[in-house]
Amino acid sequence: MPADSQKHSPPVERSPAGSRTTWLRRAGFYLLLLLSWELLARSGLWPPWLFPGPSLVVESLISMLNKGLLLKAVAVSGQRILIGYAISLMIGVPLGLAIGRVRWIHETLGSLVVGLQALPSVCWLPLAILWMGLSERAIIFVVVMGALFSITLGVESGVKNTPPLYLKAARTLGARGLALYTQVILPAALPAVLAGLKQGWAFAWRSLMAGELLFFSLSLGNLLQTGRDLNDASQVMAVMLVIILIGVSIDQMIFAPAERQVRIRWGLYTRETD
Amino acid sequence: MILVLADWLDCSAMNSTRPHSQSGITLQFRGVTKTFYDRARSVEALQPFTTDVAAGEFVCLLGPSGCGKSTLLNIVAGLELPTAGQVLAGGKPITAPGSERALLFQEAALFPWLDVQANVEFGLRQQRRSAQERADMARSLLAMVHLTGFEHSAVHQLSGGMRQRVALARALAIDPAVILMDEPFGALDAITRDRMHAELEAIWSATGKTILFVTHNVREALALGDRILTFSPRPGRVVQEVRVTLPRPRSLESHALVDMAAQILSVMRTAEANAAALPA
Ligand SMILES: Nc1ncnc2c1ncn2[C@@H]1O[C@H](COP(=O)(O)OP(=O)(O)OP(=O)(O)O)[C@@H](O)[C@H]1O
Ligand SMILES: [Mg+2]
Repeated sequence: MPADSQKHSPPVERSPAGSRTTWLRRAGFYLLLLLSWELLARSGLWPPWLFPGPSLVVESLISMLNKGLLLKAVAVSGQRILIGYAISLMIGVPLGLAIGRVRWIHETLGSLVVGLQALPSVCWLPLAILWMGLSERAIIFVVVMGALFSITLGVESGVKNTPPLYLKAARTLGARGLALYTQVILPAALPAVLAGLKQGWAFAWRSLMAGELLFFSLSLGNLLQTGRDLNDASQVMAVMLVIILIGVSIDQMIFAPAERQVRIRWGLYTRETD
Repeated sequence: MILVLADWLDCSAMNSTRPHSQSGITLQFRGVTKTFYDRARSVEALQPFTTDVAAGEFVCLLGPSGCGKSTLLNIVAGLELPTAGQVLAGGKPITAPGSERALLFQEAALFPWLDVQANVEFGLRQQRRSAQERADMARSLLAMVHLTGFEHSAVHQLSGGMRQRVALARALAIDPAVILMDEPFGALDAITRDRMHAELEAIWSATGKTILFVTHNVREALALGDRILTFSPRPGRVVQEVRVTLPRPRSLESHALVDMAAQILSVMRTAEANAAALPA
């Protein structure tokens, strides 16, 4: 009984004062981490071009920024992931709906998707290069292969778990055909769909970085590779840092707020606790 | 006195947005039977049920838990097909849901991704009414169920009884000829329930809609129904049919009503005892 289960909200998670101490603890932890990293780097155990401290990494970051390399690389990679992710959405959402709602599609395509999901998307790279060469299309293909199946399976599981009561209510209120999908099935599935979109994003980002390692044109992944070619560990680490930062910010700026919004709306937790 | 006045105002608000409200149609039950088949076994929910419900009649269905009341409403709503027999609405066989029949589910079945007002507007949106028209109608219906001020609340912020009232407003919005209600007021306190009874009676007498009303509460059935059909335990069959001719509005505490309730209850007890005596 979905209507009833909404009544039970989970216990209050954390008070605002508690979250302040969380932040303090976190800041302290990272400060300590950076400090020990710097000390270890300066201990002379390893040469600085193999194990640079944070200060050298920041230096390298600034120099890449100044040369305009970094922003350009971010723009190139950003464009690739946007295109790849958009394509995955356009294919994955309808595919997930179809697999979740149509029995014979579930029995055929559904099993294929589960199988393909088990394959790390970088494994498509050799094939993509054989088919399309070291081209933009090849890398976007790999990104799509990374995101598509997570999105599809997220939509499918959401759709499968749509409480039949909502569908019945909608039908008695006159909803038919496409309106049932757009106004009932998809919104009802939103929590699971979001989880799929988020996982799809993470996989797309990983596949892109792996793919770009093999490409010669400027990009984030390619900057990693040139750092290695130049024996410049501080450049490699600086780029790694940027990759982490972008991944985390997208999560914090897009997926986390969206998930919070859904949880509030669905009554999974109350406004006071966020 | 103030309460009565408020009720009158609320209702007139609704009538002003609905000058040509749809009135009731007949329901003809012709040997309606329902058996659920599982892999392993079959459950006989409803034995052949035959009756005619007149246009604008208020019929209450009474019966113990599991006797097939919800199943019967689902069949009229077009959500389930009978195993045998058929139901005619306005003379036409029911094969699918239709907007001339609205079902209020036992669980309110509101959509959690929509706020209260959007829930009420859902059926109107399917009819492609303008946003302005939808909002006006939703607001006056919400006023009628005493939920003004909750238009933009989330579903989970409402109590069980409030959800049922939103569901009532949502069903009324599509202006059905038949309203199927499945224990709609079970979760309400006595005062609010009395008020909802008065509202429902007012809507019903103003519009002449046909109402099938399921309840466990004998007195509630007597307070509202023109006719009461009492079902036996599963498989459900009608064990008693009572016409209620008490003048309206009826008081739940009136002697005549309490006496009739006692008589119906004793029939229900006998049916229960007979069912228990039969081998399962
Ligand atoms: N989908 C189904 N599959 C199998 N059995 C079902 C199904 N739906 C209902 N039943 C059975 O049919 C019988 C009647 O169910 P129904 O929901 O109509 O009862 P009810 O009279 O509404 O009971 P209550 O007053 O508790 O709501 C029950 O015994 C139930 O177990
Ligand atoms: Mg029921």
